[in-house]
Amino acid sequence: MLQCLGWTLAFGIPLRVFTLQLPEPVFCMVPAFAWAVIRPSILAPFGVLLMGLILDIFWGSPVGLWALSLLTAYGVILLCRNWLVGQSRPMMWAWFAAACAIASLAGFLFTRLDARASPSLIAVFWQFLATILLYPFAHRLIDRFEDADVRFR
Amino acid sequence: MAFRESPFGELKVPLAWTAAVALIVAVVVAVALLMSDRRETFQSEAYGVTRQVGDAVAAPVSGALAAPGRWTGLGMENIRDYLFAVSENRKLKAELKEARQWRDVAIALRDTNDRYKSLLGLKTEPPIPMVAARTVTDSRGPFANTRLANAGVEKNIQPGNPVMSESGLVGRVIGVTRGASRILLLTDIASRTPVMIDRTNARAILTGDGGPNPKLDYLRGKAPVQQGDRVLTSGDGGVLPRGLPVGVAVKGLDGRWRVILASDAAPIDFVRILLFQDFSQLEKAQKDELDKMPVPPPSGPVAGVGVAPVPGAPVAKPPTTITATTVTPAKPATPKPATPKPAAPKPKPAAPKPPAPTPAPTPAPTATAPAEAPF
Repeated sequence: MLQCLGWTLAFGIPLRVFTLQLPEPVFCMVPAFAWAVIRPSILAPFGVLLMGLILDIFWGSPVGLWALSLLTAYGVILLCRNWLVGQSRPMMWAWFAAACAIASLAGFLFTRLDARASPSLIAVFWQFLATILLYPFAHRLIDRFEDADVRFR
Repeated sequence: MAFRESPFGELKVPLAWTAAVALIVAVVVAVALLMSDRRETFQSEAYGVTRQVGDAVAAPVSGALAAPGRWTGLGMENIRDYLFAVSENRKLKAELKEARQWRDVAIALRDTNDRYKSLLGLKTEPPIPMVAARTVTDSRGPFANTRLANAGVEKNIQPGNPVMSESGLVGRVIGVTRGASRILLLTDIASRTPVMIDRTNARAILTGDGGPNPKLDYLRGKAPVQQGDRVLTSGDGGVLPRGLPVGVAVKGLDGRWRVILASDAAPIDFVRILLFQDFSQLEKAQKDELDKMPVPPPSGPVAGVGVAPVPGAPVAKPPTTITATTVTPAKPATPKPATPKPAAPKPKPAAPKPPAPTPAPTPAPTATAPAEAPF
């Protein structure tokens, strides 16, 4: 979680390389997806809530927007958890993309309700694209847990 | 007593259900926070202590993180300057030659403009004080487009202050804390800016949508805008001063008029925050300026200094009344006959001008100018 927030901070610097800005992926989607896949937990939703709130404060979006979007994606993956377990890596990547799409769609709808205006779909798509590239980090997190000793679960 | 021995030691709850309850509680908290948030208002209380603390922490940390990138950029720029010095010099010489011609035109136009202003008695806006700051974070997502600048309440920045780069308007301040202020960019979904088309004077509202080119909404009239028209702030509503450059109008792929922002021409690393609140601030500045005018001696019937005479008000001795035009630094105490001349209006405009920076000794009230201004 701390690593994700650290990377978010690092990608928030106003840097331009050859007039191009850095992308802005949602690093917090990685633990939100992995925690839902690993196992149901009482602490995980509050961890996701905390990450979302920190994102909102750091990015200057309405407080609760990203918290709610991440929790929506987390809840959907938690519900579909039985279908996900044991799937191959490309399939899991597709599921991760679906989770990112759910979070983006939720953010789009909540923003529409809050600001009474539609965000640019192209901007939403670019952020979605940058976020789904982060799946290898989520896979590593899931693998680490699956390889761990079951006695300590 | 060990946990296992307590009455609750053997208590088991289904993990899935408790996780679901935890999820629902977290969602309720998030919804409540989202509904109570009002980040785009001008009320400083609406920004909240949490955001203020977050900004105060994020500003120095991000500033430190951004430093290597900034140094690299500066180094690259130095190398480029060294390598391309000759061609740059030639280009600058050509630009200077052209700029000299424009300077002469500008001087002539300024003179004409000053005369028109004084003839019309036009109320011009005094210069607005500004603060320079460096942006340390940048959020570019579809749902929030904000920046954090490293100057805050210690520099008298307040929510609502307009922010400009070297090329044009960037946005406005929505939250301030010590050492940091949050700038809502023109591209943010919550941003609404009253603008006008320079060519036709048509009004519109610039509406951000998270993309790089905000929309022009509420355009009225027949063909109010064309491709390439310059867009400026209109000053309507008193939130922003009039005439700040915003960008150039273009037709978007979706068929709507959009604006290529002037501030996109260069990186917004340094910004200028105008300490502008609303037009009452300008009124006050003008009043302060008038108050600074030299006060005439108490002797003699003084109708008013710096204030236009009220029409119809009884004036006992018009020639002895002092207006703002009579207190210009003239020749010191030239003895003049006490009898007034006939009030022949001079061609010189009598509109009040700002006082000279060095207050001259106020001459004795003499009958040099007519009580009524010719214009």
